[in-house]
Amino acid sequence: METYSFLRQFADSWALLSLFLIFLGVIVWAFRPGSRQVHDEVANSIFRNDKTPAPADDPKPHVKEA
Amino acid sequence: MWDYLKLVVLGLIALGAAIASNYAWDLAYQVNAIIVMLAAGITFLVVLRGMDEVKTVNTNEYMDGVVRAGVIATSFWGIVGFLVGVVIASQLAWPWLNFEALNGIGNFGRLRPLHTSAVIFAFGGNALIMSSFYIVQRTCAVRLWGGNLGWFVFWGWQLVIVLAATGYILGGTQSKEYAEPVWYVDILITVVWVAFLVVFAGTLMKRKEPHIYVANWFLLAMIITIAMLHLVNNMAIPVSIFSSQSVQVTAGVQDAMIQWWYGHNAVGFFLTAGFLGMMYYFVPKQAERPVYSYKLSIIHFWALIFLYIWAGPHHLHYTALPDWASTLGMVFSIILWMPSWGGMINGLMTLSGAWDKLRTDPVIRMMVVSIGFYGMSTFEGPMMSIKAVNSLSHYTDWTIGHVHSGALGWNGMITFGALYFLTPRLWNRDGLYSLKLVSWHFWLATIGIVLYASAMWVSGIMEGLMWREVDANGYLVNAFADTVAAKYPMYVVRMLGGLLFLGGAVIMCYNLWMTVRAQPSRVTSHAAVPAE
Repeated sequence: METYSFLRQFADSWALLSLFLIFLGVIVWAFRPGSRQVHDEVANSIFRNDKTPAPADDPKPHVKEA
Repeated sequence: MWDYLKLVVLGLIALGAAIASNYAWDLAYQVNAIIVMLAAGITFLVVLRGMDEVKTVNTNEYMDGVVRAGVIATSFWGIVGFLVGVVIASQLAWPWLNFEALNGIGNFGRLRPLHTSAVIFAFGGNALIMSSFYIVQRTCAVRLWGGNLGWFVFWGWQLVIVLAATGYILGGTQSKEYAEPVWYVDILITVVWVAFLVVFAGTLMKRKEPHIYVANWFLLAMIITIAMLHLVNNMAIPVSIFSSQSVQVTAGVQDAMIQWWYGHNAVGFFLTAGFLGMMYYFVPKQAERPVYSYKLSIIHFWALIFLYIWAGPHHLHYTALPDWASTLGMVFSIILWMPSWGGMINGLMTLSGAWDKLRTDPVIRMMVVSIGFYGMSTFEGPMMSIKAVNSLSHYTDWTIGHVHSGALGWNGMITFGALYFLTPRLWNRDGLYSLKLVSWHFWLATIGIVLYASAMWVSGIMEGLMWREVDANGYLVNAFADTVAAKYPMYVVRMLGGLLFLGGAVIMCYNLWMTVRAQPSRVTSHAAVPAE
C-alpha cells in the first residue's frame, strides 16, 4: 500500500480510536474519587502568594542568599 | 565574561546588519537591516554601560518590571492597531482616502496587514506575554526563571513588531494571511518564541506549588502550538540572503491547507487558548472566588486541544481541497461548540453568588461581556463552518464581522480587564484612578462592537445574496460594483463602531496613566475610590 493510503487509513481508524480513548481517559481521571479535594485546593491556590514568592524550602526562610 | 560575549555577539549583529543594508536587493530589506543595526547598537550600549554594576537577583520578589513594560506595550500597540483599523475602515468607505501620493505605502493593501498584525501580534501578543509572566509567577509562587531572558522575550517581540510593520508598508511580505512577516523576521520570531517557552517552562519546573494551575496549561499549550504552527507554515527558501523575498516550499492545495491549518489554529491557540489562560486567572481573581468548576476546566482544556487542530479546512470549502478534508474540518468545528460553551459557562458561573459585583465593579463587567462575546463568536463560528452556510457567508463581510466580534469583544475586552486588574497591583497603587472612566470605556467599546458586528452581518448577508441572485434566464443580476455601492452605509457604520472602540481605548490609557501618576500608594493612604 502506498504511504498516503496507509497513513489515511491509519489516521481514521486506530489513531482516531486511541486519541478518543485517551480523551475519555482524561475525563474519567478528572472525575476519579477523591479528586474534589485536590481540585478545590488547586482552584484556591491563586489566592496565595500574591505579593511575594513562597519562602524557600529550608527551615530558616530568609537566610537564602539574594 | 558573559557580558563580553554579549558585546561581541551584538557588535557582530550590528556589523552584519550594516553590511546587509548596503547589499540589500529591496527597500523593505534595507530598512529592516538598518533597524536591526540600530537595535543591536542600542543594546550594545546598554550592556556596555551596565558592565560595572553588581548584578543581584532578589528571589524573594517577583520579576514585575517586565510585566509593567508589557502593560505599557499592550496599551500602546492597542491604540496603534485600533487607529490603523479605523483608517482602513475609512479607506473602504471612502476610497479617495487611498491618497495618490501615498500609493505603495499608505493604501489599503499595505495598511491592512499592518492593522491585523498590530492588533493580533502586537496588542494580543504583548497581552499574552505580560499575562503569562504575571500568572506563572503567582501560581508557581516563584520568581520568573531565566533572569534577563524575560526581558529578551519582551524586547525581541517589540523588534519583531517594528520589523514586520516597516516591512509591510514597504512591500516586504510573504503573502500568507496572518503570517506575512518575511523569512528573516520569521527566524527572529522563532528565537524569541523559544526563549518565551524556556522562561515559562523553567518557571513551571521550579514551582513551589504542587500543582500547575489550569491557566498555565492553556498558556503553555498556546506557546508550544504556536511554535509548531509557525515553523511548519513558514517553510520557505529565501531567494538571496540580501532579499526579503522567499519561495514557499509547498505549493498549490498543500500550501493552502497548511496556511489555513496555521491560520485557524493561530485563532485557536493564540487568540483562544492563550486568552482562556487569562480568563482562568483574572476572572476568579477579580471576582475573588475560585473558578466555578475545576473539573470542567480540565475537560475544557483537553477537549479544546484535541479538537481545535482539525478545524482549519473549513476555511477552504468549495476549493481544490478534497471533499473529505473540508467535511472533516466542518465536523470538528461543530463539535468545538461544546468545549467552547463549557468554557464560557465555567467563566460566567465563576460569578455565581457574586453577581452583585456586576453592578459595582465595571472591570468585572468588562470581563463578563468578554466571556459573552467568546460564547457568541464560538457559536457563530461553527455555524459559519457548515458548508451550506459557508456558501453564503464566505468571501463576504460576515467573516469580517465574525472575526471582530471575537477579536474586539473577547480578546479586546478580556485584555482591557487584565490591564485594569494589573496596573494598580504592579505600580502598587490604591485602586484605579476612576471607575467612572472604566464605565465610559466599557460602554463605548460595547456599543462600538455592536455597531461593527451588526453592520457587517447586514452587509455580509446582503452581499452574499446579491452575488448569487439570478434572473429567470439564469443570468446574474448584480455586477460586483453594485454590491460595493450597496455596502456604503454599512461601511460608514462599521467605521463609527471602530471609532467608538478606539475612543474607549484612549480613555483607558488616560485612566491607567493617571492611576500610576496620581493615585496614592497602596500602603500609605486609603483614599476613597468614587464608586458608580
